[in-house]
Amino acid sequence: MTHPEPVPATPLVSVRDVTFSYGGPAVLHHVSYDVMPGQFTGIVGPSGSGKTTLLKLLLGTAKPTRGTVERVPGLAFSYVPQLETVNWNFPVTVADCVLMSRKPRGLNPRPSRSERAEVSEVLERLGIADLSRRHIRELSGGQQQRMFLARALVRRPSLLLLDEPTSGVDVQTRHEVLHLLDDLNRDGLAIVLTTHDLNGMASHLPHLLALQHRVVASGPPHEVIVPSVIEEVFGARMEILQHLGLPLVVDSVPTESSTVSDLRSSAAITDPANGSVGVR
Amino acid sequence: MSSLWQMLVDPFQYQFFVKGLVAASLAGALCGLIGVYITLRGMSYIGHGLSHAIFGGYAAAPLLGVPIVLGAGLWGLASALAINAVTRSKRIGADAAIGVVTTASFALGVALLTRFGNKGPAFDSLLFGSINGVSAGDLALLGAVLVGAVVTFVVLHRQLLFSTFDPDVAAVSGIHVGLMDTVLMVVLSMSILATLSIIGVTLVAATLVIPAVVARMVTDSFSRMLWISTVLGTICGAVGMYLSYHLQIPSGTTIVLTNAAVFLVALVATRGRGLSRTAGLDDHTDTSATVLAGQSARI
Repeated sequence: MTHPEPVPATPLVSVRDVTFSYGGPAVLHHVSYDVMPGQFTGIVGPSGSGKTTLLKLLLGTAKPTRGTVERVPGLAFSYVPQLETVNWNFPVTVADCVLMSRKPRGLNPRPSRSERAEVSEVLERLGIADLSRRHIRELSGGQQQRMFLARALVRRPSLLLLDEPTSGVDVQTRHEVLHLLDDLNRDGLAIVLTTHDLNGMASHLPHLLALQHRVVASGPPHEVIVPSVIEEVFGARMEILQHLGLPLVVDSVPTESSTVSDLRSSAAITDPANGSVGVR
Repeated sequence: MSSLWQMLVDPFQYQFFVKGLVAASLAGALCGLIGVYITLRGMSYIGHGLSHAIFGGYAAAPLLGVPIVLGAGLWGLASALAINAVTRSKRIGADAAIGVVTTASFALGVALLTRFGNKGPAFDSLLFGSINGVSAGDLALLGAVLVGAVVTFVVLHRQLLFSTFDPDVAAVSGIHVGLMDTVLMVVLSMSILATLSIIGVTLVAATLVIPAVVARMVTDSFSRMLWISTVLGTICGAVGMYLSYHLQIPSGTTIVLTNAAVFLVALVATRGRGLSRTAGLDDHTDTSATVLAGQSARI
């Protein structure tokens, strides 16, 4: 994906030399990171590397043990959790769910006409307006993610934070989510997400932050998804191939005559985070 | 025919029965209403424990020279807030904490009543509920708590719904999830206090859970669930009290048995579809407050 270069500006959130611990060994060591307006960043690393903790620091639900996290005053941000964290049998419809995040005006619990219009507008934008009266259990994985995005967007955020948005979803849903986020970013929304999916997600993003308790590398995918960084972050020696301008992490180096189609047939492309094999 | 009709209307000539019927209806409505939040939040065990904890307050208040409602109310409130704090801190298992705090309080109540005698409501009445002795004060307390609960749930509807469904995102969306938890615990403890003499310590949990579960079985809408559960609770309360008079068994027992019968009817009528709706009713509780408290092991 090609994205406009962010214009130098004041960071939306500035993480400065932060060390964080849950009481035991430090999870993050001297991490510094600025979330810039309009930037689309993927925080990559294996489970236990501190990705979610960094997200919590950005959200303000965790306070740094040392260092500072500063937000632009009045920053509007929204958070999209992992799909697995929610009880999809809860008795609410899609519209109910989106409306929840709107701050109520006055004492009337019923949504106002303008609130209903806002919900319809955002559902329309995300292509699920016809599902507004459906129970949330009846949605597919992609539709569930779109509903969560609608709930986040109805708050009109400048910054969107997502925790593993493609965790546990199928290839089609991952493709949908990726393109949806790309469209939102092109409209100016700054996005930060965590992922351990290097080939399916991270390599498609304009900016990456590789984390292993500290920032190992930061920059575009071709600078971050390199053997030395992958080895340090994931603890596994991997080779990197280039395919259509995107870095692909593989666990074995094919012969010079091999093509990408050979790779597909030999299922040699591997995600070092979870060891799964297959073309992503 | 006339003798059957006479038998049916007979209890209405007694003021104590009419008072009991109104009280049981109000108690059923109150438990049905708050029960929706209790079941969806996985707080059923807290409701059960809290009723036992308040029993200690009932026994201790007269000995301390404190009005029973005030003493038991403060006792229940303190227990509720303590349970809430322990649950949120996650330092020890919530179930274990509730078990210790509430059963110890219940045991203290039994010990005090045995040692010093009963200076408040009858022991049996507190355990299983009673049709007798519903005073105007009891009705006023029930009415006040019901009105307070309705106002609270109307004013905080969206915040309570959001923090019940997805507490993590609610917290980062500007909702004070801890305050919502506390508000619910206060309403719950006041509800148990107000209904205890009608339904009884050992049975109140069922009246919190059954109407809400039945409501969930027949609807996918949260708002409709609130209405259905409240109306069901009211009807079961009234019918249970009526049966209590005729069968000469404690009112709490008949109210719970009526609730159970309604549950069975719903189970048969919905043919398993209802049960699938109740699957994982309180699943959110495993993840609640982890982001809030910042103590999740998940990094």
